[in-house]
Amino acid sequence: MTDQLAQKQRPQRVQLFVTCLVDQFKPEVGESVVNVLERLGIRVDFPEGQTCCGQPAFNSGFRNDAAQVARHFLDVFDATEGPIVVPSGSCGAMVRNYYGDMFEDDPAEMERAKRVGERIYEFTEFLVDVLGEDISALGLELDDTATYHQCCHLERELGVDHQPRELLEQVKGLEMLPMYRSEVCCGFGGTFSVKFSDVSTAMLDEKLDNAAATRASTIVAGDTGCIMHMAGGLHRRGSEQQVRHIAEVLDDAATGSTD
Amino acid sequence: MLPKTENFKRGAAETLADPIIQESMEAVYNGFHTNRQSAGAATEGWDDQRDRGRAIKEHTIANLDYYLNMLADNVDANGGNVFFAPDSAAASEYILNLARDRDVKTVIKSKSMVSEEMSLAHEMEAVGIEAVETDLGEYIIQLAGEAPYHIIAPAIHKSQDQVAEMFKETTGVDPGDTPEELTITARGMLRETFQRADMSVTGVNFAVAESGSIVLVTNEGNGRMCTSIPRVHVAVMGMEKIVPSIQDLSMMLRILIRSATGQRISSYVTMVNGPRRDEEEDGPEEFHLVIVDNGRMRLLEDPKLREALYCLRCGACLNACPVYRKVGGHSYGWVYPGPIGAVVSPVLSGLKQGKDLPFASSLCGACKEVCPVRIDIPNMLLHLRNEVAEGPSESRGSGRMERLGWKAWRFGNMKSGRFRRGGKMANFLGRPFARDGMFRRLPPPLSGWTRSRDLPLTTSTPFRDRFKKRRQRGEG
Repeated sequence: MTDQLAQKQRPQRVQLFVTCLVDQFKPEVGESVVNVLERLGIRVDFPEGQTCCGQPAFNSGFRNDAAQVARHFLDVFDATEGPIVVPSGSCGAMVRNYYGDMFEDDPAEMERAKRVGERIYEFTEFLVDVLGEDISALGLELDDTATYHQCCHLERELGVDHQPRELLEQVKGLEMLPMYRSEVCCGFGGTFSVKFSDVSTAMLDEKLDNAAATRASTIVAGDTGCIMHMAGGLHRRGSEQQVRHIAEVLDDAATGSTD
Repeated sequence: MLPKTENFKRGAAETLADPIIQESMEAVYNGFHTNRQSAGAATEGWDDQRDRGRAIKEHTIANLDYYLNMLADNVDANGGNVFFAPDSAAASEYILNLARDRDVKTVIKSKSMVSEEMSLAHEMEAVGIEAVETDLGEYIIQLAGEAPYHIIAPAIHKSQDQVAEMFKETTGVDPGDTPEELTITARGMLRETFQRADMSVTGVNFAVAESGSIVLVTNEGNGRMCTSIPRVHVAVMGMEKIVPSIQDLSMMLRILIRSATGQRISSYVTMVNGPRRDEEEDGPEEFHLVIVDNGRMRLLEDPKLREALYCLRCGACLNACPVYRKVGGHSYGWVYPGPIGAVVSPVLSGLKQGKDLPFASSLCGACKEVCPVRIDIPNMLLHLRNEVAEGPSESRGSGRMERLGWKAWRFGNMKSGRFRRGGKMANFLGRPFARDGMFRRLPPPLSGWTRSRDLPLTTSTPFRDRFKKRRQRGEG
């Protein structure tokens, strides 16, 4: 019901699930999300009780630990109303696609997971699919060159494929350069990056070589895990290239056009 | 071949350090994967066909005993013999006994992954029966004494130079080094063997229950030689390789071949309906169909893993997988490498031994995206990870430290105040060791990260603090 309402009426107010990584490592991404949404006239609430969605433990096989953290997430967000915006495909997919698996033996929790899952929108998905043409109000402009990395869970788990590119194409002055194999994983994969360090590194090297070949000054991506992974590799290489969350790029572009 | 799934990490490290293999594996993505993507895009209703393919597999596997009985009855009616083998040893024994009984000296084989499960060629050589692989790729790895590297391209990891060198050692003559020259050399060596073979062992891409037919999909023509020249033909199949009807077959062939090589149809599609009949001039005197379980019942009985039996062995998930392309086929330690191997091999070898495999994935989902029957491989890997982490003691492979680590993580995430203080504490404790907010070297387990990447320090002012301040300032 809430979901249908969101489709028909332009929401005035959203709940922000900022994710544990943004909160702790990349708070500026969260600030950019708020800036962009507020520029579009949307009131952003931040439910203070939030922590993590539970994905790290879930993906490592520790479902009992993950389920408790997921219950906490549901406690926090089921007490709110309206769309929940998350600047991460991976965390969005965890709630929308995998909470059901985790609570398959618990009908009450399953019901709650479904209710909350239907309210979840990844940031670019919300901008394009829910707000639609309203985004042109931002008058985006940025003098830069960028290339887009397709984060796996955003692309394949949530099916958010065209939305980020559509947004980036609306930024005047931003030259988007195509990356060879932009659809191939950067090798992050959560604890995979630590447990299978050498395999993960080989994947990252391929990704960073392909990104470097574009000569773009910025790699744009939509998930903080992948961003930290690529940024960590770029920093180690001493590369000039930077990797940024799409919310930061849009925020900059919106600021650029009004200043 | 016995599964050796415990050596994944060592195999991966060796493969990563091998520039020839790394170069060869590029072809897997640039060739097979790209061709598969183009073939899908050029096929009207491609996604609907995949859905229909999946529906056929769902239906067949849900009624497997029914269709296996139907198949067996129809093979029998066609004049063939059927043997159900509970495991690879029983399958080998049946075929070896048959070979001895029929006084077989030379066996020719066409590509069959199930016969790799049985190490059939080795078993035959061990009892003095000459067994020759006739698929070019299989022939190359047989000469090299290796296991297949890829489901449809077993010798993909070998360079042309390496192949030329092996052929030279075998024949004593310089075979040249272009792919054409090498193929002509192999063809010459194999042709003579075809003519004197008295038995063939082939795989089965599909078995059609309603007609008792077996179907082979090949590009080299060797399969057809195998099914028509020797006097005894033995086809071996995994028990899941069954479709109810000829109509279902046509749908499955469409999606299998496009997914495997990007072709619309392979050079040969061979259907065998039992041994030669009285009015026919060619074909074997005897036809045997060996249907192998070898652990497949374990997949069938687990609703979480059952869809692994929908696999058509097209290899598309390998081609799409960024991990497979780096670690290669042998690291997975058994016949089936790549994403589907990471599901199937640990189940068949025992999860404790193969506990690394379900974790050897970034869960990027490229496998699921390209699978012709949409097998949810990431979800099955997650299920197996859960078995390793929290399952019964016979499958559990998680360490005590790791279990404690996740308990601590859970504790830290159950209250936002605790979570916030944890971050601040990490920032405070880490600050003296970080430079420009980045760590260059950390102790285990994070040393795995800092081996090649810098890790940022947690922030001193988390988003939640910034947001609060923002609201206090009355913004928004």
